[in-house]
Amino acid sequence: MKFTLSWLKDHLDTEASLDDILDTLTDLGLEVEEVEDRAARLKDFTLAKVKSAEQHPDADRLRVCQVETDEGVQQIICGAPNAREGITVVLAKPGTYVPGIDTTIGVGKIRGIESYGMMASERELELSEEHDGIIELPSGEVGDRFVDWLAEHDPAKVDPVIDIAITPNRQDALGIHGIARDLAARGIGTLKTVEPKVIAGSFKSPINVTIDADTLDTAPHFTGRLIKGVKNGPSPDWLQDRLRAIGLRPISALVDITNFFTFDQNRPLHVFDADKVAGDLRVHRAKGGEEILALDEKTYTLGAGHMAISDDNGVESIAGVMGGAASGCTEETVNVFLESAWWDPIQIAYTGRDLKIHSDARYRFERGVDPDYTLPGLHAATQMVLDLCGGEPSEVVEAGAPMQTARSYPLDPARVGSLVGMEIARDEQVCILTALGFSASGSGDTLEVWVPSWRRDVQGEADLVEEVARVASLTKLEPKPMPRLRDGVAAPVLTPMQLRERAARRTAAALGYNECVTYSFIDRAAAELFGGGSDDVMLENPISSEMSHMRPALLPGLLQAAARNQARGMMDMALFEVGAAFHGGEPGEQHLLVSGLLVGQTGPRDPHGARRAVDVFDVKADAEAVLATIGAPAKAQILRGAREWWHPGRHGMICLGPKKVLGIFGEVHPKVLATMDVKGPAMAFTIFPEEVPMPRSSSTSRGAVTMPDLQAVERDFAFVVDAEVAALDLVNAAAGADKALIEEVRVFDEFIGGSLGEGQKSLAITVRLQPRDKTLTEDEIEAVAGKIVEKVGKATGGSLRG
Amino acid sequence: MDSLDNLRGAWLERIGGASDEAALEDIRVSALGKKGEISLKMRELGKMTPEERQVAGPALNALKDEVNSAIIAKKAGLADAALDERLKAEWLDVTLPARHRRQGSIHPVSQVTEEVTAIFADMGFSVAEGPQIETDFYNFDALNIPGHHPARAEMDTFYTHRREGDNRPPHVLRTHTSPVQIRHMEAHGAPCRIIAPGRVYRADYDQTHTPMFHQVEGLALDRDISMANLKWVLEEFYSAFFGTKVKTRFRASHFPFVEPGAEVDIQCSFEGGTVKVGDGNDWLEILGSGMVHPKVLEAGKIDPNEFQGFAFGMGIDRIAMLKYGIPDLRDFFASDLRWLRHYGFASLQMPSVHAGV
Repeated sequence: MKFTLSWLKDHLDTEASLDDILDTLTDLGLEVEEVEDRAARLKDFTLAKVKSAEQHPDADRLRVCQVETDEGVQQIICGAPNAREGITVVLAKPGTYVPGIDTTIGVGKIRGIESYGMMASERELELSEEHDGIIELPSGEVGDRFVDWLAEHDPAKVDPVIDIAITPNRQDALGIHGIARDLAARGIGTLKTVEPKVIAGSFKSPINVTIDADTLDTAPHFTGRLIKGVKNGPSPDWLQDRLRAIGLRPISALVDITNFFTFDQNRPLHVFDADKVAGDLRVHRAKGGEEILALDEKTYTLGAGHMAISDDNGVESIAGVMGGAASGCTEETVNVFLESAWWDPIQIAYTGRDLKIHSDARYRFERGVDPDYTLPGLHAATQMVLDLCGGEPSEVVEAGAPMQTARSYPLDPARVGSLVGMEIARDEQVCILTALGFSASGSGDTLEVWVPSWRRDVQGEADLVEEVARVASLTKLEPKPMPRLRDGVAAPVLTPMQLRERAARRTAAALGYNECVTYSFIDRAAAELFGGGSDDVMLENPISSEMSHMRPALLPGLLQAAARNQARGMMDMALFEVGAAFHGGEPGEQHLLVSGLLVGQTGPRDPHGARRAVDVFDVKADAEAVLATIGAPAKAQILRGAREWWHPGRHGMICLGPKKVLGIFGEVHPKVLATMDVKGPAMAFTIFPEEVPMPRSSSTSRGAVTMPDLQAVERDFAFVVDAEVAALDLVNAAAGADKALIEEVRVFDEFIGGSLGEGQKSLAITVRLQPRDKTLTEDEIEAVAGKIVEKVGKATGGSLRG
Repeated sequence: MDSLDNLRGAWLERIGGASDEAALEDIRVSALGKKGEISLKMRELGKMTPEERQVAGPALNALKDEVNSAIIAKKAGLADAALDERLKAEWLDVTLPARHRRQGSIHPVSQVTEEVTAIFADMGFSVAEGPQIETDFYNFDALNIPGHHPARAEMDTFYTHRREGDNRPPHVLRTHTSPVQIRHMEAHGAPCRIIAPGRVYRADYDQTHTPMFHQVEGLALDRDISMANLKWVLEEFYSAFFGTKVKTRFRASHFPFVEPGAEVDIQCSFEGGTVKVGDGNDWLEILGSGMVHPKVLEAGKIDPNEFQGFAFGMGIDRIAMLKYGIPDLRDFFASDLRWLRHYGFASLQMPSVHAGV
């Protein structure tokens, strides 16, 4: 919402400085977004006087002027017809920036004669559209600053323009009068209120208005009148200046008047060219499908239920949103029908949204317009039409009646203290509310507060408290300690899953991975590669096709990140992310994942020969470390058969049973890498923290540690098995040979080829036997060894390597 | 006795001259071995008279001990010399680079979320969570933002796709963390103190906006919580977070889910083109807040006549940028390794109230 200082002062009698006004606006909740100091861009222009103007020898329309400036007499070539001896002009010296032509003036030669500056027109200074000649000032001395001259003689031209943000509840601040009311309530000046004079009509309006019965609930009140014999044309300078200052283009007096009231009083109006209206006007609901060419020169098709104003020719206006072009006013309009009506905010919001029209009228009606100002607004506008365009008004045509909004709420003056924490005396509260147009009465504990018709947002006591606190100023609010929930040490607050998420994150970083936060939405193709991309998780209005689907996994985002880094020459990396992935489009159809990605080599080339390509066993170790840190059991199965984005032979699912997958590690399928432009190989892991069982006991006790004094014995075995045999099966078989005695079984070598047959491999394990109560004899060790060979043979078909 | 002195002199000289351990061993054998010169002399003691023996015995034993000690000392000396020689040869250029070790990092969003959590936990706030795909009801209606409310249009909401024939209102990607308020109220009632950090989404992308960012919601409900308590809580928070006393300024504003509502600014200075929080006379808009609207309490099944309290929402990415001087929001989500390493945090740098955040 933009307005100028002088416009504000039409409604507010104040001596306050601009800065005070700005600070107060922001403090009141009318946040100042920008102040345009229009004087600033004109500060370099000075006054000068034309001493002589002679015909340019080589150009009919140019004159060679000798101009008296504060830097002596300068020669300036000028093409303006009014450039002549004796006039006081506005001078742009060489080096001055001229906003209207976006040019910095230099010294130049025009048709062979040197020119040292420019004499400006109003358009060149963006003061108006006037460009028939250069500015001639009626007064002023050579060397005076032009802005100072303007400030004294035509302040509206250099008035600061204030732009404030209006929160959706503040309908009253959509008119400059309402803004002034707020400032006055704060004591920054006195509100000037002028009751519009009732203008009697001298004849009956030939255009009548009716509202359909089924439309009355959202169009309860319509007023209008015909004004005949008007002379439309450009509006006067003061009006044009104001509209231009707030970013509106002056069009014609009639249209400018409607815009004036829109901003001055938050009272949108519409003007029909009465000669283009056929018959009477009827306010009704659209059946759906009616077309109208609106004032923005676009054609809209109304939906069923939208409110329209029609005559015998059809729809002439989208009620409260935008008028139609066919019956719009032009410079030739002589008979105008002026409309001041009240439209239901909700209906206007829906209509505006459906038709995607963003007009000042819609903006205001959907936030609320004072229903009690409908008829007064018509009279005020009539007066201005008569003043600016002449003409003769008809009697008022009125359909329906103003929406009844009178209501009151009880306000306990102590509520300001208990809700906000500010102590404000009862009298002061009454004073503030009264200044805002409320009426507060009552002598007991509770005030009865009546709400003015322009505050539809006020719906209860809390709103009244806000009004009081806001005008009293929240800057006065003093902090008050909030007692601790309990005395002493603060209780821990994180849930087990939150602790798990944090532990997983910190562990992954400790393992050397860099944490990423990637977007939750990815492109369909990438989502499809990872089992997602269905319509259920699609956005209706993505900002780009790269961000169209909720991610089914974290890996696609990490792979895209890897590709971007590789494109910048960083080839080796370890990335991870902790976050939600989406398995459906309903709330809650999301699950927590931890994913890590290793790409390239383990490190840079070094003199130690430590560099190698990352492999599956790197990510296996990392996955196991993350799982361990979040409390997964140490013993788990490793199964194959994960989804298609894993290398079919090089991945494993860390499981507690075939349906309880805690994590997956492996090589990413080369086709996926190729599609995603990642130079591989790439290893990855994904952990499902929510799948890891919670500990059954909340006891902090670890149980007793066993640390036998007797020395453990290690025995090595090498088995020849089929190449397909899983090492873990062999290890588990060996460990089962004597669960009491065998503390650990570890694979320390895998060998394929050599003298072994085709399809065979040798697995070497070391078995650690931990005696508990006496040293083992060689016979006892041999007995266990025999059982190990037997168990392994039975489980895997393997035999000791000869 | 002269002969013994000669003997001592001769052996000690040979020991001193031994060039390596093998030569020394030869010397030991020829002096103290079974047939060594000194051993043979000892044997001759038997043939002596007791008087002679009384003189010669101790002298010979002393000689033997002395030669033995000399051999041991010489041996140690030779070993030291040999080790010195070896170590001299074992010189390494220790300016060579160390074996590579990857350095992981924690993203600033995670770090700052933990910082925020640590501070609010100390003030009794627990951490609540909610879904990122939300219903119209939780994201808007329950928060006093009905379908026609202009605030809906201003939020640049992402909607989810509805299949043909599915006429339910589309779900939304939550535009703020506020729906967690409602879900928490429904599930746990009042009194309560929670924060709800998490991802939120708005269809906006330019230099200062990304379609996804992070917010933390705050909600405290009880019988007598006021906006003055909110101001205290926020000033405590910002002071702890920025590590310096930070004043706040409350300005009247409007959010549909609070009444009264306030924008909160923090004290700062903009001198030298950088923002310094807790210093100077300028103010920086940092969050929106207010007293929970009675309608919102009702939506959360809480009696507004019994309970009241405050709510606030602030941008995690934004306070991270402010605290750690990170210039561009868009880089947060670009995963550029150089950025992650520069702005990331060590895994063990865990925020806590006692260690500082």
